[in-house]
Amino acid sequence: MSEPILSTHALSGGYGDFQALFGVDMHIDPGEVIALIGANGAGKSTFLKSVFGMLPVAKQMVRFDGADVGGTPAHKMVRQGLAMVPEGRRLFAGMSVEDNMRVAIDNARLPEDQGQWTRDRLFDLFPILGEKRREMVENLSGGQQQMVAISRALLCQPRVLLCDEISLGLAPKVIREIYAVVPEISAAGTAIVLVEQDVSLAKSASNRLYCMLEGRITLSGASGEISRDEIATAYFGGSHAVA
Amino acid sequence: MQWLDAIIQGVLLGGMYAQYALGMALMFGVMRIVNIAHGDVMILLSLIAVTLAGVVPVGNLGLILLVVPIAVALGWVLQKFILNKVVGADPLPSLIATFGLSIALQNLMLEIWSADTRSLPSSGIASESFNIGPIYVGLLPVIVLICAFCITAGLDGVLRFTRFGRGLRAAAADTEAAAMAGVNPKKIYATATAIAVGILGLAAVFAALRATVSPADGPAQLIYAFEAVIIGGMGSIWGAFVGAMVLGVAQAVGLRIDPGLGILFGHLVFLAVLAGRPQGLMARK
Repeated sequence: MSEPILSTHALSGGYGDFQALFGVDMHIDPGEVIALIGANGAGKSTFLKSVFGMLPVAKQMVRFDGADVGGTPAHKMVRQGLAMVPEGRRLFAGMSVEDNMRVAIDNARLPEDQGQWTRDRLFDLFPILGEKRREMVENLSGGQQQMVAISRALLCQPRVLLCDEISLGLAPKVIREIYAVVPEISAAGTAIVLVEQDVSLAKSASNRLYCMLEGRITLSGASGEISRDEIATAYFGGSHAVA
Repeated sequence: MQWLDAIIQGVLLGGMYAQYALGMALMFGVMRIVNIAHGDVMILLSLIAVTLAGVVPVGNLGLILLVVPIAVALGWVLQKFILNKVVGADPLPSLIATFGLSIALQNLMLEIWSADTRSLPSSGIASESFNIGPIYVGLLPVIVLICAFCITAGLDGVLRFTRFGRGLRAAAADTEAAAMAGVNPKKIYATATAIAVGILGLAAVFAALRATVSPADGPAQLIYAFEAVIIGGMGSIWGAFVGAMVLGVAQAVGLRIDPGLGILFGHLVFLAVLAGRPQGLMARK
């Protein structure tokens, strides 16, 4: 098998004196979808931020496409082929839907006409965004904002897409709509890391699954082969296991 | 007719204030960096212009072409070595750093240029005027106003339609999210400050042509720039232009009522806007 597109090696880190990650090993192959589940405070978002160069980590802790890249600033990681849909969407308020997208296009790994993703393709995928392309993003609904956030990340033309809780705060129908695009993204060869709190959603959308507890990986394996009991143990810790 | 004259003179004065305010609109309005040294940097550039004019006989246009690049370089250095270290969600560090810079600059200028007032020999432009009906209009203030208008339109266009403008608006809205979309915020900010101080370079030459400058004049210019930006509305480039006009007209009208009232009247209008429409005249919401 070829080398993973992204891997972490004993990744440790956190915020200043507070350590949130303790030796996390993880890898993802091109076109693969992995889910990272865990309770609040397990370190999932910290993990994504550490991979993306927003928290200080040692260089050899993160490997991307065969090179050590740990601690490289986020804007440089984008050029290498990493993109993120941040928790809470974090769109650029005061800017239109299309201008939000164009910020990503301006700084993408590849020009729009050479990449997988174009505005037209995304407007096909999310027709409502085509209608609202001149609308200010703060006037959109939560689901529509999430679509803009995903579009913005895809227009960076990533080889690995990190998605931080993209279902958070959305109606079930909207969540289904948004998760419906995951296979289309991975079919294009883009690897996807899904950080999720919704375990069944994470299981059904991914090839492999990692469970995190208190900054450590407590379970990993093929999503279809892991039982709910195993997940419950890994999710809450042994002493809190529930049937 | 007296009041029409006051309004016209006020608009022309507003042209000068707009040039002070545009850089402030970019830094304070868009980037949310409070630059207390804004006025002092302008005075510094004015004094550099006066000194340069005594050394190299290049004429007014040549002087602008010399001072603006110096200003751009100064802005870039200011952002790179001072402001990028203190920029963030909290406005306090940038306020304190630039307050210190303001005092240091004032004393430095006093040391180099003494407390004398200076101005540029204006080779006639400052005193030339023409008539519109019964009203005398100075040539230099009209040039200043036209320049202010063009810079406002240009800056607004740059923010709206260029890659740099989108990057700056994105970084101002959410610095971390902008970095996730590939924007290098520090580089964008350094460019923005270079532009802001570059505009101040132009204003500095005009200020020294129009009147006298001395090392302690900075804080007053700072206040006018702040007031124009806040009257117009934070983050709006045309707002700063309109705010500068409002401030200029208020001062000119106040001056007509009583010669001692001009500056005070400007401040009163500013306070009235803060009380009645704190988001500014041109703010979207």
